[in-house]
Amino acid sequence: MFSMDLLLGAVVLGVLLGCFYAAVSVGLSVSFGLLDVPHVAHPAFLVLAAYGVYQLNESYDIDPLLAGLAITPLFFVFGLLAYRVYYETFERRGSDAGVRGIAFFFGIAFIIEVLIILQFGVDQRSVSATYIGKSWRFGEFRIPIRQLVAFAVALALTVLLAVYLSKTFMGRAIRAVAQDEEALRLMGANPVRIKQFAFGIATAVLGIAGALLIIVAPIEPTLDRAYIGRTFCVVVMAGLGSISGTLIAAIILGVAETIVLTMFGASWAPAISFAMLLAVLAVRPQGLLGR
Amino acid sequence: MMKHRNSIAFWAGVAIFLVAVLSMTQIVRNEYPFFAGYVILQFIALAVAWSILGGYAGYVNFGTNAFFGVGVYTAVALFKATGAPLVVQIAAAAVIGMLLGFGVGLLTLRMRGIFFSIATIALAIIIETFVMNWRFVGGAAGIQLQRPPVTAPFDSYVKMLFFVQAILVVIAVGIARYIQNSRMGRGLQALRDDELAAECTGVPTLKLKLVACMISGALMSAVGAPAAMYLQYADPSSAFNLTYSVSALAMSLIGGTAHWIGPVLGAILLGSTQQFLAVTISSEINVLVLGIMLVLFVVGAPKGIIGLLRPRYRLRAGGKP
Repeated sequence: MFSMDLLLGAVVLGVLLGCFYAAVSVGLSVSFGLLDVPHVAHPAFLVLAAYGVYQLNESYDIDPLLAGLAITPLFFVFGLLAYRVYYETFERRGSDAGVRGIAFFFGIAFIIEVLIILQFGVDQRSVSATYIGKSWRFGEFRIPIRQLVAFAVALALTVLLAVYLSKTFMGRAIRAVAQDEEALRLMGANPVRIKQFAFGIATAVLGIAGALLIIVAPIEPTLDRAYIGRTFCVVVMAGLGSISGTLIAAIILGVAETIVLTMFGASWAPAISFAMLLAVLAVRPQGLLGR
Repeated sequence: MMKHRNSIAFWAGVAIFLVAVLSMTQIVRNEYPFFAGYVILQFIALAVAWSILGGYAGYVNFGTNAFFGVGVYTAVALFKATGAPLVVQIAAAAVIGMLLGFGVGLLTLRMRGIFFSIATIALAIIIETFVMNWRFVGGAAGIQLQRPPVTAPFDSYVKMLFFVQAILVVIAVGIARYIQNSRMGRGLQALRDDELAAECTGVPTLKLKLVACMISGALMSAVGAPAAMYLQYADPSSAFNLTYSVSALAMSLIGGTAHWIGPVLGAILLGSTQQFLAVTISSEINVLVLGIMLVLFVVGAPKGIIGLLRPRYRLRAGGKP
């Protein structure tokens, strides 16, 4: 039953899956990891983006990746607004922001979930594209092409964001605001505007990530609950705000999930990311590449 | 002296409440009010239990559903294995919930705000996954339960459950009120405002949080225990439904967490609105209203309903010498 081939297949699929997890988590790595916003609604935004892609694909027959690109500016503005509201109501007033900030995003996540249910119903939805449904064969095992597409785009997206944050002026400003907000203020920059921009970027990335989400598998309105575990697991395991760590942690999660799936069956899969998250929090809360 | 008089008024209120509930079960024939009322009472008890850790100590627990579900399944397993009566099921659920609270507390209470919250969601999912793979209690498909015959003085099982839930509400409120007025409550409030400062001034923060988590967990599981008999059915995805978490949290924060009456008010208000909406429109709208109310209150009225009422309270208190 257990064989090297099976394990190898699981590892390969796990790496592909892991890169996809990195793409859906990098936004959170910026908003939560760098900006310290308790963004529990991140996975709900992700699922919302996936439904946006579904709608465009369904009514105009646009390729899901292009559709994802098309909603990216919309999500950028959405992110700017969301941060503005969060800042005005919680960060600026300071005290007790923790409890209420978390409750705020939790409430937003629930509202998005229900709105999706009201609009699209609880049935699973999927998109159509030429690369969905086919697969490559290598002797014994097959790799679905949709996984390969998601892998390539996810890897490109993650690397692009990492380069943006380390090489460009704005990217460095975002990292600076995460390190020392007060110093930035003293140098005459407005940290709030930089953070708002960064939150916009983190949300905009979800346009593409949402497209990947629906390419990889059919979606349903409550999918965000499973992704709370996956995204936070990846971001915490990576060490808050570390983009290269995000990629490594996501691959570890992807491989672990695939191996458990092949060996114990699908009914145990939802618990993997949450169990890893708990283990990391208990043993090494600063993450693999923590600050 | 003032406190003493307050206590008398409180326990008199409790006695009147219980007598009213009991006589209602004897007089009213129609079962529907008890069906609906049970759910409202259940949410009052959950919200009050939630606020012991979430309100007084400021640790946002997303894992209400974990404790609730564990309560449900403790009752199911015990009933299936031994046919134990309801009281034993509830007591066992409370013990298991307390142990779970202890474990959760040890594992997570050293974590800062959001990490604690995420960790509690994680625990809920992990426990749910275990129950899904537990054949004895039906696994993912769920399990049907046959209610035992009802004991006097009640003429239907639902009426008895309604009364039992009312007692659980009284226990939860009594404990919350006791904690609020005790050294423990002041310690929890101190650590909520500034954990480091509290620790430095000699408040045993970890111990207090741990005890709060155990009490809160025991109450939530006890509240969950009768749900199996109420529905005559249990399955993991409804016993561990995240709606319990968001409801308990929303009701507490909307009512206000500074005083035990806050969660009670919040749960009565939202619980009855929900019952009304679920009957007249749909259960989705019901969750939507919950979410919108939560966001509105968190943004606009940080101290909840009791915060909105407070200016008047203060005037009245100032008027009396």
